[in-house]
Amino acid sequence: MALYILRRVLQSFFVLLAVGLVAFSMFRFVGDPVDNLLGQERTQADIERLRDVLGLNDPFIVQYWNFLKDAVQGDLGVSFRQGRPVMDIFIERLPATLELALISAIFAVVVGVVLGVYTALKPKGWLTNLILTVSLVGVSLPTFLIGILLIYVFAVELGWLPSFGRGETVQIGWWTTGLLTGSGLKALILPAITLGLYQMTLIMRLVRSEMTEVLGSDYIRFARARGLTDRSIHFRHAIKNTLIPVITITGLQLGSIIAFAIITETVFQWPGVGLLFIDSVRFVDIPVMASYLMMISVMFVAINLIVDILYVIIDPRLRAGENT
Amino acid sequence: MTRMHAFLSSDFFWKFKRSPVAIVSFTVAMILILSAVFAPLIAPHDPFNPGSLNLMNGFSKPMEPNQFTGDTFWLGTDDQGRDVFSTILYGMRISLFVGVASVAFALVLGVSLGLLAAMAGGRTDAIIMRLADIQLSFPAILIAMLVFGIAKGITPVHLREEMAIWVLIISIGLSDWVQFARVVRGSAMVERQKEYVEAAILIGRGPIAIAVRHILPNIVASVLVIATISLALAIIAEATLSFLGVGAPPTQPSLGTLIRIGQGYLFSGEWWILFFPAGTLLALALSVNLLGDWLRNVLNPKLD
Repeated sequence: MALYILRRVLQSFFVLLAVGLVAFSMFRFVGDPVDNLLGQERTQADIERLRDVLGLNDPFIVQYWNFLKDAVQGDLGVSFRQGRPVMDIFIERLPATLELALISAIFAVVVGVVLGVYTALKPKGWLTNLILTVSLVGVSLPTFLIGILLIYVFAVELGWLPSFGRGETVQIGWWTTGLLTGSGLKALILPAITLGLYQMTLIMRLVRSEMTEVLGSDYIRFARARGLTDRSIHFRHAIKNTLIPVITITGLQLGSIIAFAIITETVFQWPGVGLLFIDSVRFVDIPVMASYLMMISVMFVAINLIVDILYVIIDPRLRAGENT
Repeated sequence: MTRMHAFLSSDFFWKFKRSPVAIVSFTVAMILILSAVFAPLIAPHDPFNPGSLNLMNGFSKPMEPNQFTGDTFWLGTDDQGRDVFSTILYGMRISLFVGVASVAFALVLGVSLGLLAAMAGGRTDAIIMRLADIQLSFPAILIAMLVFGIAKGITPVHLREEMAIWVLIISIGLSDWVQFARVVRGSAMVERQKEYVEAAILIGRGPIAIAVRHILPNIVASVLVIATISLALAIIAEATLSFLGVGAPPTQPSLGTLIRIGQGYLFSGEWWILFFPAGTLLALALSVNLLGDWLRNVLNPKLD
């Protein structure tokens, strides 16, 4: 097992190196940094001097190494557009995205599990059919249309909830939170539903199929033969076995939630890293784009790695094939 | 005629006749696609000809005569007095063009790489599939955005508007080739073991000829199914990118761009500028998606 984990860690490491290479190439080859830094009245000597100072005359590998060293130490360059270090901008924007992602994930898990269990326990009810049909339609709608639809109903027609922004925020150290004010919480509702809807239906269908399968298994039949109440069978025996895959799926989907926050944040003008990224793409702000790429890949690779390792630790059957 | 007859009496057509979902989604998709193709003939106005626009017609409500000019527009007009119905037809054209072109690009790239991986094996295979695995662990839309951003950075500033559509096609295509490559590789690996391939090797045909002339025709069904489903996804991806402002430029508005523009009028009550393009996008994506689903069930290729 140690060998498997080691190999998996090495693999992730190489993926990150490759992503780093892509990010570095973006810096290096999309536009000449010297052009961006020096004004119109430069001389050839200025260009040469700056190239030397910036290390652009070093061999490619050396440059790449320096780039990685800086990146690991948190130096991600300076945004072309805002003229500030990318790292500062990210730290300022990250809390908004993480809060949104967290609330969406909680929404997806709680509602998904509740609806999944309900539809599994009452497979023929009219409410089950309604839930399944609505979820099918919901999944085929593009995210941004769901967002617009929610804005139209709850912000324009009913006027209950705000349609953009984070509401009032409270500063705790470097972290700004919208979870402590009424307007902040209200502003979270629509974006969180928009972002979590897809994962919610995913979890719902997963729980439903797992639960249906578990309910037909021998140990449940045995529990029934022992004369346990339905309540005890469903919520003490059956549900535990259905939740293991939910945990792994939720873990894997966390990365997707953060990535898809780009769309939700744009619809709701939510001041997080996703909106920052889309603006950087629109204005070709290479340092911000490259940093976002690296940040999101570290997140994805780490999540995949953790889930893979957890799998092996939890499920002994997977360990059998480790020598092949 | 005999071909037509063979088709009409085929298993495929028999199943089609008996599936209401397939008939409805096929009809809707066909109506939308044909009206996009023949947009210049159908559209009552040319939205790209500023001379035909009358600002007085701005914000006309659907099916109601405009209060200044008395002109009636089916689906209303936008702020410039552009007929929404016509802009939808032209927008759908761009959406479909980008969708079809990017799927074609992904198909060619994915099928070639998949065949190459299956035929070459060894290190080539490992590298291609590793690449595919890495790409698959990221959401496709994110990859499309990144490629779009990089490509936009590379293209010279004065060409960006013109190139935007092509950049969009390449970025969506690049985000989508993995599906094709994986399935083609899997199927080709199976086909390669079969006797007709051994026979072809025996009579001295080269690996490229075997891959293209012998194996490819046998895996066309899988490729077709993935292409249809990919088309629905590509249309949505294009709309999403354009909606986010990193896709089709305002000079060539696709459905996504129209929705983006329409969103700005949501609060002032001009709902039709947003809702009709959104409904069209939905109908298009949903009908193609359902058709792809049905194809998958009927042709039943072994997709993993």
